[in-house]
Amino acid sequence: MTEQTQYHALKVDAIKCIGCTHCMKSCPTEAIRVIKGLAVIDHESCVDCGQCHRVCPTNAFYVEQDDLAKIRGFKYRVILFPSIMIGQFPEKYSENQIYEGLMKIGFTHVYEVEQPLQLLIDSVKEYCANPVNTKPAISAYCPAIIRLIQSRYPSLTENIILRKAPYDLAAHFAIERFMLEGAQRDEIGLFYATPCIAKIASVKSPGGERESIVDGIINMNHLYNEVMKVISEDEAEDHSIQRQNLSSEGVLWSLTRGESRNFGSRSMAIDGIHNVVRFLERLENDQVKGIDFLELRACDQSCAGGILLTGNRFMNVERLERRARRYPLAKDIPFSNIKVDVEKLKQKLIIDSIHPKPVFIFGKDRIKAMEKIDRAQRIVCFLPGIDCGACGAPNCHALADDMVNNKAKMSDCIFLQQMWEDEGRITPNKAFLNVQKKWGTNRFKADCNKKGRRNEGF
Amino acid sequence: MKLTFAIQGGDFIHAGHPSSEVKKVLKQLNIDNKIIKNVVIALYEAEVNVVAHAYSGTVNVEIDENKITILVTDEGPGIPDIDLAMKPGYSTASKSVQEMGFGAGMGLPNIKKNTDEMWLETEVGKGTKVKMLNYFS
Repeated sequence: MTEQTQYHALKVDAIKCIGCTHCMKSCPTEAIRVIKGLAVIDHESCVDCGQCHRVCPTNAFYVEQDDLAKIRGFKYRVILFPSIMIGQFPEKYSENQIYEGLMKIGFTHVYEVEQPLQLLIDSVKEYCANPVNTKPAISAYCPAIIRLIQSRYPSLTENIILRKAPYDLAAHFAIERFMLEGAQRDEIGLFYATPCIAKIASVKSPGGERESIVDGIINMNHLYNEVMKVISEDEAEDHSIQRQNLSSEGVLWSLTRGESRNFGSRSMAIDGIHNVVRFLERLENDQVKGIDFLELRACDQSCAGGILLTGNRFMNVERLERRARRYPLAKDIPFSNIKVDVEKLKQKLIIDSIHPKPVFIFGKDRIKAMEKIDRAQRIVCFLPGIDCGACGAPNCHALADDMVNNKAKMSDCIFLQQMWEDEGRITPNKAFLNVQKKWGTNRFKADCNKKGRRNEGF
Repeated sequence: MKLTFAIQGGDFIHAGHPSSEVKKVLKQLNIDNKIIKNVVIALYEAEVNVVAHAYSGTVNVEIDENKITILVTDEGPGIPDIDLAMKPGYSTASKSVQEMGFGAGMGLPNIKKNTDEMWLETEVGKGTKVKMLNYFS
């Protein structure tokens, strides 16, 4: 297995970050430390779930995206987005008005990705029916979950269904359709609007995971803003031809139970990264029996709760559920609507393999790792055990691990420092300087404008 | 390296904690996933045995470069007939325990299946000791 640094979409803005530890405490893989008063992400452990982005009170996390101006270079300018995009707009705008808004900002074609979904449903069913494949089969839909399994639950990598997500389905479908119309591949610009940070990372990761099929990726909330600037209150043209393969299942796919309701005789859907972590722990211990299909999503309410989505997740869900009722079932949409070579498209849905990428925080040498774990266990005895985070690590165990990895010192723990001061082992001045070094001088200033001041609770 | 855990008889809610902790350590030691799985299953069964039948118990884990040895000791009723207890499907678990989804009579047979070596020492009215050994390669 080759070691490659994965691409990560999340960055920390050093000016906005105040090192408040909210992100560090909520990270499901303990990938964040506060160093010199700033949140620092460990890229080996990060799975791009975006939990830190969600809880940050100062919006210090930002996400790299492609410039919308990039679309100008193409003849066919296609915006691909999961159906969830429609759910965030105010009720009064119809699907056609939203489609028209997207075309006003420069796109020539609008494609919701969950079409033609029956192909994917069939393909996943085929996969699950094959007795060779490990049960319970875990959907490969959520990219943050795939990374979580690869790094934290490597033994479950073999349970992941080797079938791509609607994103790939629609991208290939769009390409085939335009080529059929006589377009050249380099005339087609595919842009994907994402509700999700992990998707950006998985699309942009170099090698290994996949070749990027899209030419650009745009944050969904950015696109929402752009459309809201130009959207018209007037009756829009009928664009329904562009969604003639969209089904009821397709509209619901990105919501919780969107997949699981279609597969398996006993299926489960779990949303929220912390819930998924607790469940995978059980699954790995072989304490989950008889389940054949698992839909696991990093965000609460699945993609409706995506980091880059505007509006309230529950309202998004409600709008989509109502919308789904107006669409036919996937099996009732004639294959003749698809027009392109169905078999070829089906081939494109197959993922060759997904490899485990375990993270060894103490290194790969077993004897050294054992010594380190032993030492960390002894260190923990001296720490207060209240997981206060004042050391810059999310909990006392993580601090002890950092210490044996030479990434932290005993004096990082303010409790130990206090004790040493009391015992006369260090001077009060030295103790103060230690804390100041960790958190910066600003944390000690009286400042009525700083975040968390009066009347502005987090 | 050594790890120690206490088990409370009758506490099904927290059964599984020692096996989860042991798993965490083994994962960090780059042990083959299949072996980790065997160890976790065997230890979990042993834990449930203590929870379902005994009053209290301890788990002592010793890990070295090549193997993991786990000793589960309990204070409990002991096993009157070891041969019978080793028979798959034979169970003396109470009805209430079985209603909770435990006590299928697979505990000891499963431990045997998932370990490289296993020893059982028991004294009726006093308690039971189960020692399990798994090699890493």
